[in-house]
Amino acid sequence: MSSADIYREIILDYYRNPRNYGKITDPDISQRDSNPLCGDELEMHINIKDDKVADVKFTGKGCAISQASASMLTELIMGKDFEYVKKLAKEDILDNLGLQNLGPARIKCALLSFKVLKTGIYSYLVDKLKDTASADKMKEEVSGIY
Amino acid sequence: MQTSFINIESIRNDFPILKRKVHKDKPLVYLDNAATTQKPIQVIEAISNYYLTYNSNIHRAVHELAEEATLAYETTRDKIAKFINAKNREEVVFVRGTTEAINLVAYAWGRQNINKDDIIVTTEYEHHSNIVPWQLLSKEKGAKLEYIGVDDNGELILDHLDKYLQTGKVKLVAFSQMSNVLGTITDSEEIVKRCKKYGARVLIDGAQSVPHLKVDLQKLDCDFFAFSAHKMLGPTGVGVLWARKELLQDMVPFNGGGDMIREVHKYETTWNDLPYKFEAGTPNIADVIGFAAALDYLDKIGMDKVREHEMELTKYALDKLSQMKGIVLYGPKDVSKRGGVISFNLGDIHPHDLATIIDEDGIAIRSGHHCAQVLMERLDVSATSRASFYIYNTKEEVDVFVKSLNRAKELFKL
Repeated sequence: MSSADIYREIILDYYRNPRNYGKITDPDISQRDSNPLCGDELEMHINIKDDKVADVKFTGKGCAISQASASMLTELIMGKDFEYVKKLAKEDILDNLGLQNLGPARIKCALLSFKVLKTGIYSYLVDKLKDTASADKMKEEVSGIY
Repeated sequence: MQTSFINIESIRNDFPILKRKVHKDKPLVYLDNAATTQKPIQVIEAISNYYLTYNSNIHRAVHELAEEATLAYETTRDKIAKFINAKNREEVVFVRGTTEAINLVAYAWGRQNINKDDIIVTTEYEHHSNIVPWQLLSKEKGAKLEYIGVDDNGELILDHLDKYLQTGKVKLVAFSQMSNVLGTITDSEEIVKRCKKYGARVLIDGAQSVPHLKVDLQKLDCDFFAFSAHKMLGPTGVGVLWARKELLQDMVPFNGGGDMIREVHKYETTWNDLPYKFEAGTPNIADVIGFAAALDYLDKIGMDKVREHEMELTKYALDKLSQMKGIVLYGPKDVSKRGGVISFNLGDIHPHDLATIIDEDGIAIRSGHHCAQVLMERLDVSATSRASFYIYNTKEEVDVFVKSLNRAKELFKL
């Protein structure tokens, strides 16, 4: 992908004015990860109520791709059914970003927030729902993200 | 438009890789020399010539190939000793790189000489390779690790060193002769002088300095010195630890195995002479031989000329960059105090995004924390972009670089 295709107005806008930026006190899901390659950091907080995403926020620092994709992901899952969020695939995320053809170095930036989300769901399945069958599946999915 | 000090056209002709194009049709502008430099054809041929005509193991076999290989390998040691003006060739130990050299000292000297409550001093602008081995060692021994701070000009605050030395507990001071991020040239002789007064040993990380400056170990008067071949036209996988003979003699071996022994019995072994005591196993023969060709190449140009060329290029680049709106440049402004390394941030463009954009124009720079997260914390940034020069870089390339930065600014609407 050329830079002009990556750094479109919408990506820059979400980078500079991130939606759902911040923290939730005492969230149901709290997950953090970083990308050692570039030092991108991301933390996501989620509250689940009646099997829906009642609230989601993120904090982090990093490149435009990682931060914009995190913000757009929070918008994508806000208010949605937990089942829908569980089933989200990385293609859905990249489609949502309009970044389907990133190279191998930068695709990790775009998917860091997705990895954080899925890892957070895994912990939630294990700790809160005690649903080991779904958790095992989720664990496998997380290790295959990149 | 080349600098006045070296014949760039003829130098560039020696580097086959500089003729390649990237992203289909963009000439390669390689500005990531602080990470690793390109290799001239002389180095590549020295390595292939070894494999093609006299490949064999060194030191013990008696056949002709082994004699040729041993001679070529040991000749490199002589050339290194001369290049850094070391007094004795047996003080030159081949390792895999600077990182291994420092770890060797931490293991083979540190574990015998660092005790509980001793202090090891390093600096805020070290590469992780000159921090992590000392963290491991001080944790193991219950020793303390302290840092010489960096001022706003990117130079070390030597008052901090004095404060630690005055405790009388400092056993080792480890610092780089040139910062890989800021390019700052450390006042190494002054530090060594102060350490001597208190009997503290000094280790110098020369990974960034030996490729770019004339280094004279007898003048420096330090105790340990480490550097890598691949940052000075040589191959990867070869580095040098230089240490004082009397220290090497008292140190325990780092690795046990073949070539480092004199006699092995069932329960006892006696060590080989220096430097072989520290070179266990079959070494990286081909690349050590290739390193000699790199040293010859730099010798032919002359390290003074290398330095002058880089100073002129750095000044040219700094003049252009400092005129850009929204740029933050790190490190000393005075080019006599810095090497050809320029770290910067441009507006709110993350270095990773910047590197992606200018890569499209064929320009290779580094972005990230440069294995110096302690310094990133000090600078209060998560990352910087870094352009670093070497003998084959030109002012035209700096122009292409600056033009590309302006394109990045436009893309980010700055």
